[in-house]
Amino acid sequence: MEVVEGTSRRVEGRDASNRSPIPPAFRSLVWFLAILASLVLAWELYKVVGKALEGIVPLPVRPDNKSMPHVWDIVGVLFTRRLPNEPILLVVLLRESLFTFREALIGFAVGTAVGFSLAIAFSQSRLLERAFMPYVVASQTVPLVAIAPIIVIWGAKIGWPVWISVSIISAYLVFFPVAINTLRGLRSPDPTAMELMRSYAAGRRDTLWKVQAPAAMPFIFSALKISATASVVGALVGELPSSLNQGLGRALLSFMYTFITGPEKLFAAILVASLLSMSFVGVIATVEHYVLRNRRGSR
Amino acid sequence: MRRNDTKAAKLLLLLAVLALVAAACSSSGGGDTGDTGDTGGDAGGEMTKVRLQLQWFTQAQFAGYYAALDQGFYADEGLDVEILQGGVDIVPQQVIGSGNAEFAISWVPKALVSREEGIDIVNIGQVFERSGTLEVSWADSGIKEPKDWKGKKVGNWGFGNEFELIAAIRKAGLDPNTDVTLVQQAFDMSALLNDEVDAAEAMIYNEYAQVLETVNPETGALYQPEDLTVIDFNDVGTAMLQDSIWATADYLEANSDVATKFLKASFEGWIWCRDNFDACVQVVLDNAPTLGESHQRWQLNEINGLIWPATNGIGVMNTPLWDQTIEVATSEEILEAAPDSGAFRTDLAEAAIKALEAEGLDVKGDGWTRQEVELKEGGN
Repeated sequence: MEVVEGTSRRVEGRDASNRSPIPPAFRSLVWFLAILASLVLAWELYKVVGKALEGIVPLPVRPDNKSMPHVWDIVGVLFTRRLPNEPILLVVLLRESLFTFREALIGFAVGTAVGFSLAIAFSQSRLLERAFMPYVVASQTVPLVAIAPIIVIWGAKIGWPVWISVSIISAYLVFFPVAINTLRGLRSPDPTAMELMRSYAAGRRDTLWKVQAPAAMPFIFSALKISATASVVGALVGELPSSLNQGLGRALLSFMYTFITGPEKLFAAILVASLLSMSFVGVIATVEHYVLRNRRGSR
Repeated sequence: MRRNDTKAAKLLLLLAVLALVAAACSSSGGGDTGDTGDTGGDAGGEMTKVRLQLQWFTQAQFAGYYAALDQGFYADEGLDVEILQGGVDIVPQQVIGSGNAEFAISWVPKALVSREEGIDIVNIGQVFERSGTLEVSWADSGIKEPKDWKGKKVGNWGFGNEFELIAAIRKAGLDPNTDVTLVQQAFDMSALLNDEVDAAEAMIYNEYAQVLETVNPETGALYQPEDLTVIDFNDVGTAMLQDSIWATADYLEANSDVATKFLKASFEGWIWCRDNFDACVQVVLDNAPTLGESHQRWQLNEINGLIWPATNGIGVMNTPLWDQTIEVATSEEILEAAPDSGAFRTDLAEAAIKALEAEGLDVKGDGWTRQEVELKEGGN
């Protein structure tokens, strides 16, 4: 999606929106499909070549159908029923995804809010930054799998529904890239612009909103894209120690435990999980495209 | 500068929209775990809310509790029961210890280890009288009894699931540290199917069936019981008691009447599953287990075999088996010392089965017979 930015070079104002970016978008779609096709090909090729070489060369992964099901079996299982009274697996997984997405979205909203607040506070005061930044960094060195159960247990003790705990775990992963990148963005304006604001006797708030925030936008959007995936990962990991009956993370876990009876089901669930992250990032990238479309021209 | 202003405004707008969407989602889908307790009569108005923490995902291993919920047995006792699923990261006895559930299903040795560590829990109903753990090998491996494990790679799950195996190794006169190679296996049977281990731990009602639901690449048909040899820890004499119902001593002090009602309804669920096999399998299937119908049929059949016949009536401790469990646990130094007499009590379960007998129900199941179950590929 970022490719698009280059095309609106030197075009100012409203005209940019009329110069519709279909060809580059189309081009990136072609690339996406080409890479997807080659990945599928590589997977299947590994199986064929691996079968021939098995026993001669040590292979990292067994090429058999139990360890690496055929791509068509993985896709095919999405259209079969697991239980007679259930819809097809794709629908089941999409439903679970929706549940997980809700947790991720709340985590994303809370995490970005916390991240922005920290970044703004730090950008206003070096002292605050020096005092608290080490803790912000330290928070991310604690493995998520270690704190997830603690948050779930505490949450249950307080009496929250479990999915709130999962959202908090998700927010825990989200706030960090937002805080760091936003802070960097807020510090990015040209010193001359800052000096100009000072010479106008502009207050902190004006400087923040009129110079720093706009300058931070590209940084913020990179952060949001990272955070979008992180929020989904956080929700998936957060579901593991929860006693939820729903969610993609729980589905992944249960397919893992019954791997041999249907390895393709686990891969199918992974496929749906990555689709979920990708669509989330896609939404952010689209918003970014519209918000920043005039950016290049103004520089 | 004006244009930059609008951009910032747009971003804020985006965030506001996101927050709104999140809030909307959360209020619409708010009924957290969904399908609990809306069946049966809620007469009498006042329902006591209790939570049961399982030790694994929804499957026929817990059929009795799901049946009690589905058939309204809990509701008849004035209980509003929420069933919480388990998983590797969830330790049921710790969940009740921290007050996040009232009742937990746990294996006796694991629960007693937690008890020794200071969580004051009590076994109030010993539902399974037999152990479901097997050590499975390929028939052509020559492993027929525990002493054949010498020099072999013997798989186990760890996390406290390996105690019976270690005891059996020692009982066969082998040293678990030098005579065998203990291998931690994943929670599925890939290690055995890929010949990465010579023997693999399996529950008769779950992983063993999963092997039999897998196609043998040599024959193109499913693996057959004849392809495998099975060492059953009940026969070896190192079996330890498994699924049982636990609650904290604190909770029981104030709520022993609730506990008795919970036991009565749970046992009634198990009796119903014994006498209504097909309907009970359907209840499990309605609760969306991971594996399908033939697997759940197999599982319920084997679970019934672990419960019935129940020597003293379902849930009432068979003391010699408790003693055997403690004996193995202490000699294996799983437990530092035998637990005090407060580790289990039978009075609540006895009261529960007395009430069930008064309703004309058979709490021993002496006449129980197995079903014929045919497994299908992938447990479908």
